[in-house]
Amino acid sequence: MDLTVEYLGLKLANPLVAAASPLSREVDGVRALADAGIAAVVLYSLFEEQIEHELAEHAHYEEAGTESFAEALSYLPNMDYFPRGPAEYIEHVRKVKQAVKVPVIASLNGTTRGGWIKYGRMLQDAGADAIELNIYHIATDPQVNGREVEARYLDAVAAVKEWVRIPVAVKLGPYFSSLAHLVRRLEEAGADGFVLFNRFYQPDIDLDTLEVLPDLVLSSPHEMRVPLRWIAILDPLVKGSLAASTGIYSAADVLKLLLAGADVTMLCAALLRNGPGIVPAILKDMQAWLQEHEYESVRQMQGSMNHRACPNPSGFERANYMKALQSYK
Amino acid sequence: MSEFTVTIDGNEAAADVAHRLSEVIAIYPITPSSPMGEFADEWAAKGRPNLWGTIPSVTEMQSEAGAAAAVHGAAQAGALTTTFTASQGLLLMIPTMFKMAGELTPTVFHVTARTVATHALSIFGDHGDVMAVRSTGYALLASGGVQEVTDLACVAHAATLKSRVPFLHFFDGFRTSHEVLKVDRITDEQLRAMIDEKLVLEHRARAMNPEHPVLRGTAQNPDVFFQCREACNPYYLKCADIVQEAMDRFYKVVGRRYNLFDYAGAPDADRVVVIMASAGETVQETAEFLREKGEKVGVIRVRLYRPFDSARFLAALPKTVKTIGVLDRTKEPGALGEPLYQDVITALVEHQASGGNGFAKLPRVIGGRYGLSSKDFTPAMVKAVYDELKKPQPKNHFTVGIEDDVTHTSLPYDESFAIVRKGTVRSLFYGLGSDGTVGANKNSVKIIGEETPNSSQGYFVYDSKKAGAVTVSHLRFGPQPIHSTYLVETANFIACHQPVFLERYDMLAKAEPGSVFLLNTLASADAAWDTLPREVQKDLIDKKMKFYVIDAYKVAKETGMGERINTIMQTCFFAISGVLPRDEAIAQIKHTIKKTYLKKGEAVVQKNYEAVDRTLANLHEVKVPGQVTSKWSRPPSVAPEAPEFVRKVLGRIIENQGDALPVSAFPADGTFPVGTAQWEKRNIALEIPVWDPDTCIQCNKCSLGCPHAAIRPKVYDPQSLQGAPKTFKSTEAKGSEFKGLRYTLQIAPEDCTGCGLCVEVCPAKNKQEVRRKAINMAPQPPLRNAERENYSFFLKLPDPDRSKLAVNTVKGSQFLRPLFEYSGACAGCGETPYVKLLSQLFGDRAIIGNATGCSSIYSGNLPTTPYTVNADGRGPTWSNSLFEDAAEFAMGFRLCVDKITEFARELVTKLAGAIGTELVDGLLKADQTTEGGINAQRERVAALKGKLAKIDKPDAKQLLQAADYLIRRSVWGMGGDGWAYDIGYGGLDHVVASGRNVNLLVLDTEVYSNTGGQMSKSTPCGAVAKFAAAGRPNNKKDLGWMAMAYGNAYVAAVALGANDQQCVRAFVEAESYDGPSLLLCYAHCIAHGINMRVGMDHQKRVVQCGHWPLYRFDPRRTAEGLNPLQLDSKAPKIPFREHAEAEQRFRVLMKSDPERARTLMERAQAAVQAKFDGYTRAAQPWATSQEEQPQESAAAT
Repeated sequence: MDLTVEYLGLKLANPLVAAASPLSREVDGVRALADAGIAAVVLYSLFEEQIEHELAEHAHYEEAGTESFAEALSYLPNMDYFPRGPAEYIEHVRKVKQAVKVPVIASLNGTTRGGWIKYGRMLQDAGADAIELNIYHIATDPQVNGREVEARYLDAVAAVKEWVRIPVAVKLGPYFSSLAHLVRRLEEAGADGFVLFNRFYQPDIDLDTLEVLPDLVLSSPHEMRVPLRWIAILDPLVKGSLAASTGIYSAADVLKLLLAGADVTMLCAALLRNGPGIVPAILKDMQAWLQEHEYESVRQMQGSMNHRACPNPSGFERANYMKALQSYK
Repeated sequence: MSEFTVTIDGNEAAADVAHRLSEVIAIYPITPSSPMGEFADEWAAKGRPNLWGTIPSVTEMQSEAGAAAAVHGAAQAGALTTTFTASQGLLLMIPTMFKMAGELTPTVFHVTARTVATHALSIFGDHGDVMAVRSTGYALLASGGVQEVTDLACVAHAATLKSRVPFLHFFDGFRTSHEVLKVDRITDEQLRAMIDEKLVLEHRARAMNPEHPVLRGTAQNPDVFFQCREACNPYYLKCADIVQEAMDRFYKVVGRRYNLFDYAGAPDADRVVVIMASAGETVQETAEFLREKGEKVGVIRVRLYRPFDSARFLAALPKTVKTIGVLDRTKEPGALGEPLYQDVITALVEHQASGGNGFAKLPRVIGGRYGLSSKDFTPAMVKAVYDELKKPQPKNHFTVGIEDDVTHTSLPYDESFAIVRKGTVRSLFYGLGSDGTVGANKNSVKIIGEETPNSSQGYFVYDSKKAGAVTVSHLRFGPQPIHSTYLVETANFIACHQPVFLERYDMLAKAEPGSVFLLNTLASADAAWDTLPREVQKDLIDKKMKFYVIDAYKVAKETGMGERINTIMQTCFFAISGVLPRDEAIAQIKHTIKKTYLKKGEAVVQKNYEAVDRTLANLHEVKVPGQVTSKWSRPPSVAPEAPEFVRKVLGRIIENQGDALPVSAFPADGTFPVGTAQWEKRNIALEIPVWDPDTCIQCNKCSLGCPHAAIRPKVYDPQSLQGAPKTFKSTEAKGSEFKGLRYTLQIAPEDCTGCGLCVEVCPAKNKQEVRRKAINMAPQPPLRNAERENYSFFLKLPDPDRSKLAVNTVKGSQFLRPLFEYSGACAGCGETPYVKLLSQLFGDRAIIGNATGCSSIYSGNLPTTPYTVNADGRGPTWSNSLFEDAAEFAMGFRLCVDKITEFARELVTKLAGAIGTELVDGLLKADQTTEGGINAQRERVAALKGKLAKIDKPDAKQLLQAADYLIRRSVWGMGGDGWAYDIGYGGLDHVVASGRNVNLLVLDTEVYSNTGGQMSKSTPCGAVAKFAAAGRPNNKKDLGWMAMAYGNAYVAAVALGANDQQCVRAFVEAESYDGPSLLLCYAHCIAHGINMRVGMDHQKRVVQCGHWPLYRFDPRRTAEGLNPLQLDSKAPKIPFREHAEAEQRFRVLMKSDPERARTLMERAQAAVQAKFDGYTRAAQPWATSQEEQPQESAAAT
């Protein structure tokens, strides 16, 4: 069975890609994923904001309390030898590239045009096969309209594409007034593909301490329905690649997304919950279904049930709640 | 600039040579020499090799005695070895120094000469320490400036190998060790040319080596010891020649000329001053100036003081000399004169008596003391000495630089005499430690020193306080070499970086006519003049000064610089002063910014650039009007109602006018009054907490956590509110025990440091707006006057009756008046809440011996002390002996208290007939375990004294004096982990083992905080600290476990931020235990690289991860069949790494060496788990007991 696919111009052995997650923090973790059969790995995100925060923090603590008191003109050793900025991440990309043969996609979350470009180039130079732009923005300012928010995305993609040669995918959240329009414009700005969708940290409130807690709840299988719809809708509209992310746990999930038009499916919660061992299990189940249904290859089925190709396109367009309610009854 | 020209301070200069010429470096922190060890350690961590291509082994020991012994051992085993020290540290090395010299062991000790503590400790410079070791047999070589430090360090290393005499190379603490100066660095090739490889190999060949063994360190008897002692004479006889040869070789190799005694001045001088070290520069500068005026004066600068080469000294002395003034920077009470004076006299008299004919008439020699504890030594003082030498009967054994109105030793001097060289820019900068002024000025010195042909010099005067510390930078720049080893006397540029200083200091006193005053102010250029006090306006007008202003805060805020106005003010200086053409200066500043900050990220560089670019547009010259128009004058430094001593003495010190106080102003024995910090209103908080009575739950946690006793609760009768200020807040007191009373939580607005720690620990949250708490920070200035009045009213409210409070609870303990208040500790200090708690619980009967360190400095550094008294005048009595001996010092208190109490009881019994049986019984059988019991005993003692006053018997007089001892005293030894774990451990261990009732309080910050964060044995594995720049590889010592092994000591580990109730309980239990107690108090610290505002959260985490388990070990429980050990914290619930990641001291290693960090984190985690498992096993209820320990569980987290 030919499981190969193409994503962002990269030839992959199968459509299973490891999404950005803590599993890729260690070289050994990436190696385990590759050994299990994952076709490509997206590394955890490099956050410009975090880098800048860390640098500012280091600069602050290097100077805090210094040159004030004759006996203690400083409190920590001179840290000239301290490697700063994203060097750690770059080094990680290098080491991962040396350790595995599968394509390695670096993930970048920038905050400034300069940052997108600088770090994008650094990731490219470090050997990443592609870059995934992990853009998100919580619009809390009532003075900022939707067009301006979208402009941030467009600017970021344009900036990176101007300075980087390797393919660039954009990871998006689902909350846009007109996702199809935005995706088209992003493609015009140079995006080579889209990852649908980003799951944001959702805050929680601790009832004991009355504090807001940043929290990430792993996705549930039913959540793959959101990317399923949008991939089906976008597949006929975009030239570039589409990756499905969120709520993918089983071969069935993968197959559905491929039918809807995904080029690859990205696993995250499933890997975190079950470990890399789930990869061969999914591949095995996929193969069985493909064989049972007499497909020759994954490519053959990809997009065969997208918005344009499926027998009942309105099913993707409407929430279809009447039917749902009836079936509930 | 030569490629070898560098701008460095004396410590770096010495360390640079020592590191390259050593294989083993044993170190221990002590101010001001610590930076030398820090440099060596950092260089070793970065892999910087010595001259032979190997990285020196740099090891911290447990004390200077340990460091000296390690040096001794390493040198005996064949290594090229060095150490760095000063003051008491050097004194601790004395026994080893005798040994090393006796065994002719080459080594060099680099010493920043520092005052030895006598009536007081001083971290500053004089030769008291060096003179104390002159009998050890070490050669003593003195450097006078930073260049000389480099040069003579090299000479010392060369000469020790050749002579085999160990060398002590010294230079003045702070004046030279911390002066930043442009110097030429000695290259490796030059060093190679100076160090004879053959001698290195000979040193190795003499080493202890089992392949060809020898025996050293024998014990000898009367028959031979004497002869053997004399056997070393040939080496000492040759030593001076060898040093001169080394100096001659140095001249050939490097080009700078030195002699054992360097003479400068008129060849036919009739007056000569003899002097050592940095002051020699000043004397030489002055002598040359006076010579230009036609005076026949000169100076001999002594380089090699021991062995003293009389012949060379006499040869250096002009034969025309009639009077000689010998200046010693030390004091030897009771001696005929100070050491150098006596040596000069001996040399002259021996010469004359042995028929020498160098002088027509034996010159008259007078000796004097100058510059103790870095007292500034100026050309005016030098001139006074030369003038004195002119007199027919010059004063001998004089002092200069002070006014001695008691024994009248001092020479008067003309303060207006100053040497002003044209073209030299002399600048003064008043800044805050936190605003980066000193760092920027060091950069300016570097810019001018390294990027222009000009000379540059920077010297920095720091504060006695850590929170809100003020710095004064003294900078000189000019085309000629700078030899002025004294503070800037007349300035042509003065900058005030904080407008609040206008209220405090007479900054323009040193302004010369036509000079510039630059003020950072919130006021606009148009309004700035009106913000000045009358005194400043008058000086600006009278001295025809130029006045510039900038709102640096605005520029800093706009450019993301926060409070760091350093770059902005530096740019102003260059723009105005004209030291460099403006464009060139800007370019150089930016170049330096890039060099300094690039490693911190492009963003940091860019915002500094932006700050520079925006500065000039915001810098304005203000035209100085012709008349003083201001309506306000600089207020007195302390309130007029302060006691006379505070006003007339301490107030002057607060104003930076301490130099002007005469000897008679001070006590002869170093005894000072307590209760003085309350008069030093520093107003350093930008924001202070504001109480919201409606939200407050009256838990008093804010008060317990406050490091500065600046937020206080009180319960009181409602009637006391009569006459309360309008804004005074009061609410109904909560709790049945306070029924009918009112409650107030009051802030001390002028004493608060604004650390915000109280707000962070406040558990109460506003129901409508959860972000608001029962206390919330608000800007201080608008609140200052009203809250000052409120606080004054609050203090006058009566304190509650101690005997009616549950003092072993958090809430109850905080109604006790703090007898430790407004210390100068860092804002948000983790130590002082414990000290304050001690003062609240036991302060009215406490006697405290404090180890040197942070706690002794914030307690006892002049001008004021935070220790104070209660309404009855009682309070802690406090003293600091040394760093290493606090436990033994406190033990001495206990021995005395017990003995005199026993004596008093004997006398009570003896005088029972006259005193009366009832009172005698009461006195001797008093139960003093409660506040009520102690009060009752106080009343009995008062009654006893009343009776004794009427009995005319010697025993009654004795008892009258001893009666106070019948009141139970609370004896404390206190200090940090450097004391308890390292240098003082032997004594602490002995006191714990002794079984005597001494309470030992360890303020454990896990580093030597006071000296800048050096590793102690308390430092956790994986933490980076100075002397452990590569991260500490070993686990923290478990001091509590070791103490518990004795079984007879109360031991507790507490952390206020994790469990305040357990902490208060442990304090009460420890003090009540009639035996030794050891309280290990975890204290967060600025040296951890944390936000001090959330210090208590760090304390919580350190307990949660299991690194600092909370426990109490009470031997009294064994009598009840209970396990003495109670574990008060739960099993680790977060990994050690989570605690570590929140602190810069660990993060540094995680970023710089992740692999090593991972290894050390794993090691630390394993140790944490093992420790907790061990404690859990040890705290299991004893099988024989039925205990469920219900009451203890209340203290568990």
